[in-house]
Amino acid sequence: MSETPKIEIRGLRKSFGSNAVLKNINLDVAKGGVVALIGPSGSGKSTLLRCINLLVVPDGGSVRVGDTRFAFGDGSKLPDVKTLAAFRATTGMVFQHFNLFPHMTTLQNVMEGPITVRRMAKTDAETLARAQLAKVGLAEKADQYPATLSGGQKQRVAIARALAMEPDVMLFDEATSALDPELVGEVLNVIQQLASEGMTMVIVTHEIAFAREVADRLIFMRDGIVVEEGPARQVIDNPQEAATRTFLSHFHRSGALPPANAVP
Amino acid sequence: MYQWDFGILWSYRWLFLNGLGVTVGFTIVIVVCGLLFGLLGAFGSLSRFRTLRLGALAFIEVFRCTPILVQLIWFYYALPILAGVEMTPITASALALSLYGGSFYSEIIRGGIVSIDRGQSEAGAALGMTPSQTMRRIVLPQAIKRMIPALMNQSIIQFKNTSLVSVLAVPDLVYQSQVAAHDSYRPLETYTAVAVAYAAILIPLTIIVRRGEKQLAVSE
Repeated sequence: MSETPKIEIRGLRKSFGSNAVLKNINLDVAKGGVVALIGPSGSGKSTLLRCINLLVVPDGGSVRVGDTRFAFGDGSKLPDVKTLAAFRATTGMVFQHFNLFPHMTTLQNVMEGPITVRRMAKTDAETLARAQLAKVGLAEKADQYPATLSGGQKQRVAIARALAMEPDVMLFDEATSALDPELVGEVLNVIQQLASEGMTMVIVTHEIAFAREVADRLIFMRDGIVVEEGPARQVIDNPQEAATRTFLSHFHRSGALPPANAVP
Repeated sequence: MYQWDFGILWSYRWLFLNGLGVTVGFTIVIVVCGLLFGLLGAFGSLSRFRTLRLGALAFIEVFRCTPILVQLIWFYYALPILAGVEMTPITASALALSLYGGSFYSEIIRGGIVSIDRGQSEAGAALGMTPSQTMRRIVLPQAIKRMIPALMNQSIIQFKNTSLVSVLAVPDLVYQSQVAAHDSYRPLETYTAVAVAYAAILIPLTIIVRRGEKQLAVSE
């Protein structure tokens, strides 16, 4: 990697009370890179993801995305709400439970960021929002309310909503964990498409086969530290650490996308 | 057997209408002011700043946990002596009832806001909204929908609480009916008519509230 990374995290620490969730985490994501974060629940992977857009404010270390860098810990001042908001506007985030705005139609959900945050004219925001909905294959659902959509459709709207901010980076927090198994594929397809378009992404996931397919780097976390890190295929097919091996043994390891084809 | 004679009340009709006008007008004032106090109390109790939270809590509990009749008398008789603040009976009772209602509205509004899933404000924040934009655009529109039935209910109680201002000689419907009852020696007819007047205004309102609740249930 000769280029400067798009995301650079150094010495990141975070505790909730006496519980140290992140202990000295370092992470680089190249421009256009896709990093998958895997690990057992409670390993700190979601907290790490939320530290990248400062939805969780770290106790120490530094976070840089693009040209904006924040340092935390002794002597550094917490960024004010305006600075935080402007920073978050450049990163898109997709949540496990979608978090769509139920009082707005699908179209209004996608238009909300451009109108309120980017101060875009309504007509321009609508054109942009319709384009994003078309991109995730939901153009015809524009006037429906989220309550009428399936889980997979909701998550695709949530992705369109994040993309409407035209972010440099997309963060996925277990985007398929709340979905019925038959709906996972449609969401993964959208993420895969984004990867092929060169979007820089960090993906917290339990879909090991998907991570192997789409991510170029994989990070295995446990108890707040990075246990193993490397090219996704290499780590999944040939893990070096015992903890990684134990964790991966719970999954179909061959990594073929429809697991039905996998040879045990 | 008591001989009912409602006909006698006809000669007091202007007195009653006058009183009814004061009661309705008074209700509008104390509901509007009460909602303003309620908003202040709710945002105060949700504030990041400890002093504001404690101030809001003190306001809410003082007015919520003492009887409104005592508050009315206190505002009119005690404030002039203790603080040198003189108020007309109308100002004193409007202030007391607004603050009393405001303490209950505060809790309704605060409850409505905290009932909205945290993920909603997180989604707003992740889009780059400031906390106040998230509150205005995302949380409040959803929270208000949930608050409406409780706010309507509290306003109905406020409407009936206005009957207490008669102790400060504010000429509301109850005060005027006392005048009529003393004059006509017909308290049974007079107070029955007053009760009917209150119910005639409130029952249509409760029907609207119930219908609103049903619509709310459908849309969620």
